[in-house]
Amino acid sequence: MASLIAGRTARRQRALSAAPTLERPGAAWAVPGLLFFAVFALAPMVGVLYLSLTSWDGLSTPQFTGLSNWSRFLTDGQVLQSTAVTGALLIGNILVQAPISILLGVWSAGRQRNRAVLSAVFFLPLLLSTAATAVMWQQLLDPNFGLPAHLTWLFGNASPLGSQSGAVACLVLVTSWQFVPFHSLLYQGAARAIPETLYQAAAIDGAGRVRQFFHITLPQLRNTMITSTTFMVVGGLTAFDIVLLLTNGGPGTDTAILPFMMYQTAFRTYDYGYASAIASFLLLLATGASVLLTRLSGYDRMTGTLEGL
Amino acid sequence: MMNSASRKALTAFVVCSALLAAGCGSSGGGSSASSPTGNVQFWTLQDPTNTVQQAQVDAFNTAGTGKVTMSVISTDGFKDKVRTAMGSSQMPGIFFNWGGGSLNDYVKAGKLVSLDPSIFSSHFLPAALQAGTVNGKLVGIPARGTQPVFLFYDKKVFADAGVQPPKTWADLTNLVQVFTNKGITPFALAGSATSSWTELMWIEYLVDRLAGPELFKKIAAGDWSQWNDPAILKTAEMVQQLVAGGAFGKNFASVNYGAGGSSTLLAKGKAAMQLMGSWEYATQQAADPNFAKNDLGYVAFPSVDGGQGNPADVVGNPTNYLSVTTAAAKTTAVDFLKTTWSDAYVQGLVAKGEVPVTDNAKAALTKAPDPAYAEFQYNLVATAPAFTQSWDQALGLTLGTPLLTEIQKLFNGQSSPQQFVSGVLAIKH
Repeated sequence: MASLIAGRTARRQRALSAAPTLERPGAAWAVPGLLFFAVFALAPMVGVLYLSLTSWDGLSTPQFTGLSNWSRFLTDGQVLQSTAVTGALLIGNILVQAPISILLGVWSAGRQRNRAVLSAVFFLPLLLSTAATAVMWQQLLDPNFGLPAHLTWLFGNASPLGSQSGAVACLVLVTSWQFVPFHSLLYQGAARAIPETLYQAAAIDGAGRVRQFFHITLPQLRNTMITSTTFMVVGGLTAFDIVLLLTNGGPGTDTAILPFMMYQTAFRTYDYGYASAIASFLLLLATGASVLLTRLSGYDRMTGTLEGL
Repeated sequence: MMNSASRKALTAFVVCSALLAAGCGSSGGGSSASSPTGNVQFWTLQDPTNTVQQAQVDAFNTAGTGKVTMSVISTDGFKDKVRTAMGSSQMPGIFFNWGGGSLNDYVKAGKLVSLDPSIFSSHFLPAALQAGTVNGKLVGIPARGTQPVFLFYDKKVFADAGVQPPKTWADLTNLVQVFTNKGITPFALAGSATSSWTELMWIEYLVDRLAGPELFKKIAAGDWSQWNDPAILKTAEMVQQLVAGGAFGKNFASVNYGAGGSSTLLAKGKAAMQLMGSWEYATQQAADPNFAKNDLGYVAFPSVDGGQGNPADVVGNPTNYLSVTTAAAKTTAVDFLKTTWSDAYVQGLVAKGEVPVTDNAKAALTKAPDPAYAEFQYNLVATAPAFTQSWDQALGLTLGTPLLTEIQKLFNGQSSPQQFVSGVLAIKH
């Protein structure tokens, strides 16, 4: 015991003596993270870039074919359609999910008991896997035996998954149903962290609930909005499971988003070279989007929302 | 700030990992067996007939030349698993497959053993051996029941309307009128992207009835320009007319096959007919045994007036196959394949509801769960001048997947018949 205390004191003294120099940790500290990143992120990326220059069926050795996959990529009408659908899903998801989850998150941040109970109910979809969600909704959306057959006033005679706009709307709604709870949870935590004094000061100045929401809550949630939107963008660009299970890219190729197109090219038609070209493009798109998002929002300047408090 | 030493280290990491990634691509080919007898790894698909196969393996192991070890692999991912293993040292000796185009790549890559037709051909129906032959080499031996495609209908709905199942195309178009007027969907069709293979069945039959089996044979053999044949355009136009006439109802584009989908439409009397493979009987039986027993009728696909194809031709899955790879001890593997026409194995398959394609199957069919249904299928296949394998299986996934997409667009009205033809032609670069 005594030696332990002595050791701890010694360590603290050393730490204290080192403190004034305020040196950043050496490069060695980054080695484990860097190693992990290199093996599991950089190496596959380099591999995919290399494969995109080859023709490979997975059985024989890859044949180097130069830029032929890329010239095919640039003239492929399906790429254009897939990119457009990916974009539509992305924007649809953000437009539907962001407002709902902000409102729900802020509302559930209140400490009333009924809110706690209702929040627990709202968060239920978060517990279900995407596969279970997709299978359930596919049954619910069956045109002959599901909701559309019984709610003709809402669906008309149409089958929701049978047209492009309908299928995209279904994908947005099912994804939102599943992920709004997650984003609400982010906002709930952030809303609870807003200092009570801000609201008290605003109330003294005569600001009502709506005004408080727009002038205190929303600005204070700025960083959370960036986090949440980044999740939505990156998640939206790589969302694949729900498309595979709910629409399988259909009707036709109307909901074949880029990740689905990549999957189908690689694992259904065994054209790994072309699939790698699509994957590289997707990588570029996702990196670009997240860089753009952090630049536009000023997230990279690392400013807090509590400055001056 | 990063100092120069750590920057060098980072560069080293990147280079090393790039080399690693490149190395992954060129892993060695499969091991090849040196001795003719020995242990053979046998991969099969998980289904109700596994017990019959296990009995077959056990019987072989007590008497045969060498040992066979059977591994049962679940349906989901079976093809992917085989594909991955075929490029590696973990290659199985014998594996279950769908014949035709699914074996194309393996034959090209030299992974399969070419078998001697003189040993096998006398024991099977000729139509079934055809899809086991790739590039003129016999590489697949029939090992399961046959699964032809034909028309299923609801006897009760037909009796209520006072009509008979169709024998000709004129009958069929007339029935479409009769049932749409009564508010019943003439044909249940699963047109969602997951189930578009059910739409392919219509194309397969129409092309066969219009042009005969030779046209698709040429396409499967590699002559993709044959899609320009007028019979293909005519087929697409007939499909377009059916869809426009309400033959499949309005919302088939989002219907799935199976429980809760197109089969339920038939069972509930909401649809009159469904073009489907022979497994439909089992699907209906699982969902509603009474309907399957009393009201489920079946007939061959009707003839098409003026077409060159023989109305007795059949399409579907001739059967499933076993193939031998270069990793197997060849004598042991071939000896094991000879047990696929043993009486015990054939009778075991029949008891499970399968209709084997061996020459001694007919006698065993009296013991089938539904002998009339089993004999209907056997006779359909045995008397068929040609049994065209399902196109997606015959072409392989590389060409089959985009073909299914084009067919879906045609049924959905997203492509005109002309666009369908040019869309399919554009698949092969």
